[in-house]
Amino acid sequence: MTDLTKLEAELTARVGAAADLAALEAIRVEALGKTGSVSELLKTLGRLTPDERREQGPKINGLRDAVASAIAAKKAALETAELEAKLAAERVDLSLPPPPERKGRVHPTMQVLDEMIAVFADMGFSLAEGPDIEDDFHNFTALNFPPKHPAREMHDTFWLPEDEHGERKVLRTHTSPVQVRVMQRLNEKLPSWIANGQEPPIRVIVPGRTYRSDSDATHTPMFHQMEGLVIDRNIHMGHLKWTLDTFISRYFETPVVETRFRPHHFPFTEPSAEMDVKCDRSGRDVKIGQGTDWMEIVGCGMVHPNILRTCGLDPDEWQGFAFGFGIDRLGTLKYGMPDLRDMFASDVRWLEHYGFSAFQAPNTATGLS
Amino acid sequence: MKFTLSWLKDHLDTTATVDQVVEAMTMAGLEVEHVEDPGKKLAAFTVAKIVEAVQHPNADKLRVCQVDTKDGRLEIVCGAPNARAGLTTIYAPIGAYVPGSGVTLEARPVRGVVSNGMLCSAKELEIAEESDGIVELAGDLAVGASAVEAFGLEAVIDFEVTPNRPDWLGVRGIARDLAAAGLGTLKPDTAAPVKGAFPCPIEIRVDGDACPVFSGRLIKGVKNGPSPAWLQQKLISVGLRPINALVDVTNLISQDRCRPLHVYDAGKLTGSVIEARLGGEGETLEALDGQTYEVGPEVSVIADGSGAIGLGGVMGGLSTGCSDTTTEVFVESAWFDPIRTAQTGRATGITSDAQYRFARGVDPESLVPGLELATQLILDLCGGEPSEVRVAGHAPPPPAAIVFDRAYVKKLSGLDIGPARIDDILAKLGFAVDGDAVTPPSWRRDVEGKADLVEEVARIEGFDNLPVEPLPEIARPPGGALTVRQRRMRDARRTMAARGYAEAVTWSFMRRDWAELLGGGDEKLVLTNPIAADLSTMRPSALANLIDAAARNAKRGFADAALFEVGPNFRGDQPGDQWTAVTALLAPHPPKSWAKAGGDPLFELKADLLALLDEMGAPTLQVVQGQNAAWWHPGRSARLQLGPKVVVAEFGELHPRILKAIDADGPMLAFEVNLDAIPEPKRKGVKTKPALELSPLMPLKRDFAFLVAADTPAGDLVRPILGADKALIADARIFDVYAGQGVPDGMKSVAVEVVVQPREKTLTDGEIEGLSGRIVAAAEKAIGAKLRG
Repeated sequence: MTDLTKLEAELTARVGAAADLAALEAIRVEALGKTGSVSELLKTLGRLTPDERREQGPKINGLRDAVASAIAAKKAALETAELEAKLAAERVDLSLPPPPERKGRVHPTMQVLDEMIAVFADMGFSLAEGPDIEDDFHNFTALNFPPKHPAREMHDTFWLPEDEHGERKVLRTHTSPVQVRVMQRLNEKLPSWIANGQEPPIRVIVPGRTYRSDSDATHTPMFHQMEGLVIDRNIHMGHLKWTLDTFISRYFETPVVETRFRPHHFPFTEPSAEMDVKCDRSGRDVKIGQGTDWMEIVGCGMVHPNILRTCGLDPDEWQGFAFGFGIDRLGTLKYGMPDLRDMFASDVRWLEHYGFSAFQAPNTATGLS
Repeated sequence: MKFTLSWLKDHLDTTATVDQVVEAMTMAGLEVEHVEDPGKKLAAFTVAKIVEAVQHPNADKLRVCQVDTKDGRLEIVCGAPNARAGLTTIYAPIGAYVPGSGVTLEARPVRGVVSNGMLCSAKELEIAEESDGIVELAGDLAVGASAVEAFGLEAVIDFEVTPNRPDWLGVRGIARDLAAAGLGTLKPDTAAPVKGAFPCPIEIRVDGDACPVFSGRLIKGVKNGPSPAWLQQKLISVGLRPINALVDVTNLISQDRCRPLHVYDAGKLTGSVIEARLGGEGETLEALDGQTYEVGPEVSVIADGSGAIGLGGVMGGLSTGCSDTTTEVFVESAWFDPIRTAQTGRATGITSDAQYRFARGVDPESLVPGLELATQLILDLCGGEPSEVRVAGHAPPPPAAIVFDRAYVKKLSGLDIGPARIDDILAKLGFAVDGDAVTPPSWRRDVEGKADLVEEVARIEGFDNLPVEPLPEIARPPGGALTVRQRRMRDARRTMAARGYAEAVTWSFMRRDWAELLGGGDEKLVLTNPIAADLSTMRPSALANLIDAAARNAKRGFADAALFEVGPNFRGDQPGDQWTAVTALLAPHPPKSWAKAGGDPLFELKADLLALLDEMGAPTLQVVQGQNAAWWHPGRSARLQLGPKVVVAEFGELHPRILKAIDADGPMLAFEVNLDAIPEPKRKGVKTKPALELSPLMPLKRDFAFLVAADTPAGDLVRPILGADKALIADARIFDVYAGQGVPDGMKSVAVEVVVQPREKTLTDGEIEGLSGRIVAAAEKAIGAKLRG
């Protein structure tokens, strides 16, 4: 008769000593397999008398359960150890950097453009556009610059060669020609993006590239302007003042910006004005809303009756205002770039420093910047 | 335009300070650029008298002076040769900053003798360019009087005159506006007729094209020479150079009244006729500046029997100029047309004070009063006997009356002021107010309509008093504020920035040879007056600018550029020739990395391009290889087309030839998308998206390997496979391309993973087999692909 106690001790000892899952499986087969030592003992139960069976049955079944549970426990332990060993071998050095990535940037002038659009769209303005190469009519004559008038010379205009009709195209010196394109419909085929006449009331802003033959720290031969035009029956200078005051305060994100309206002269507005903002110009950066200096920030005025007439609007019925901001300049004032020329130099270090993330899309809910 | 407070006070009765004048000017529309106050830097300097001057014990050229100063008697060492006892001069105390030498005085020994201050030269005080010894002042000046007083120095106000207001080019015009603005009272005009003693012996003839109206008179028996100190000082104070009394009188009146005049030495005139006419071909004139000018038929000239003796309204001639020996003077007071004068100025390149004034518009009615004023001054300063005044030609008509409803002031400006105040302002500015009719004065030809009158009223009342009124609410456009193009430009730049590209804004013009390299450079697009030769030609593409930018960055040590620009390109000079491009440039020089880099960067670029097009809402485009423009690498570039004609984008590696021309190191990859070529979205307004059908069944994947001709674009397999069963085939992805062993020569193997999405029930083996058959057949039919055995 096999000594069950001894057999159990022997098997559990061997299970405990099994080095890996394969050795453990060999022990399982040897003990609990079809012809395993414990299985053979179980088979003997059938040949025993009922009394013997009553006595031996629990013992042999107990032996089987003990061995089986020892194997299961050992198996779990071995599996855990094996996983841990595998994971330990998978260790990497996470102090290493990720692969290099390029940092994309939105140009500050374009960010400022989007900021300005956000503020003006909130006031009910829509966008209008016109071409960079303009004819003399739209850039000058329709805007009440008489031919040969000295005011034309003040614009440092870039000219294209005379055509067969003796006419010279210009690079637009301002975005104001689009005022005319917005108010006057032309019977010529134009691309759909170019404004071509709309009925008043009108409330548009016109961003775009503009050109003047000038280059120093505050002038570049190409720059960006944003024109504004409001035409309705009863729009007066008080509305102009509110619009610009409101814009300046929202754009610079300061609750109170002191502004000053001064008379000025532009051929295309009557009365004409310039608006100054209070600022501190003593340091490296101009601080808007502080200090005691005044700085000119926008030219504006009531649209000249001659322009309305040229565009087919009766100045006794329709009136309104126009203004023109330098977009790049507003950018330098808000974000502190020292030299306007750097805006167009495409230095990647400058673009990264002064540029904006793609996801900083300005809107009035989150603030502009 | 420069003037001083004392000059202003010749015309304006006021107690205002310089600061108050500047503030009132600014708020009335006279933009002050600069106030130069020489008194500020000379505040510490005072009059002193040398009592004794002895040789310095240790230096030959120095003197030790005992000087009476406001600080008592002081010992001062002085190196000036004219330092002598009894001299009245200028003293600077210890601690004073001497502007001309840039030093602050300290009490320290000079060769052993302590100097307790300094005696100053005119150069050290910056009141003269050069000086020879210390200042010598009149002996009657009191010790301790300020230097500012001793020299009669005054603050000079310099302001920008807008082109509409030539009347501000005379001090009286400024005074008139300031009086209207409440700064004082305009003094009465002192110009009065001077009776002529004899008829003017010189005949005047005018050609209206050259000079509409011309007046003059002869003054005999004058004695010319330096003008008196008060006149010299007045001219010097505003930066003009005194010449002689006759010339100084004309300059004074020009500055005082915006009334340019000219004086001829009548003794040097040939014949007895002065004529204003246009110049002739080949005619020349030696002008007062000593230069000889061609005076062609576009130029207004003054001539006598010898030919041209002056440029009308611009500059006189050398031959008839007045000098100290002049005894007979012919005084000209004429009116030249602004456009003609601007033309004369342009043709000769002369910008004189007279030219500047006539080009902007001098008051035609100041013709004779100006001449009378000059006559009186000449008689006062030089003596002599005047002839009668002679006038030839006709002045342009005076400004017309404007019908002015006073309520228009409120309607246009928002200012609520009564008609009495409105009329008061207009009257003070010289307008004639007669009921509804308001007539501008002869010097205000810029005022043409009622809006101009509103400006006059509002500007004098003060823009500070304008109301602030919110814009009325209006309906917002349903699609948002942006145009389709602006929306795309904005989305494009944020897409590109999100994909790692930095946005550049480069010039719309470039070197002509670069434009030519990129298919542009047409003569019509070359500026006639570029700011620099390398910015002469409107760009056909931004590529050259971006290549150049990348090269410049590389030269600074930043070779790994990823740049883009969203902006205009130009095919011609018509509005329809301008198109909107998104141009991207990749210079793949990634920094070293322990992690191994991926595959061909050209496909990174292609991924960025496709992501951009997807964001722009472009439909599926056809890839066409081998037809790109010459600046692309012939084997590593392609176009994306919509149908056979519309090229939406070109992309690939740039041709080494263009990189070399721009002095850039390759390789560089790029794309250029024509935003305008992408069809506009269908009608806006419908916001709901199509219903989404999600199958609960597992998709299955089947791999196919096809043999195709080696030169067939592998990408052409995808579309026919997708089309083999649009309902079931969800995707087809090329995952391997192979040529070599096991593949026949001239062929390549393209492996495609096809994703099949059952819709209603799982597919039977038979159905899958049938689908596979249709896929193979479609691939064969489209591009002759054979299933690889």
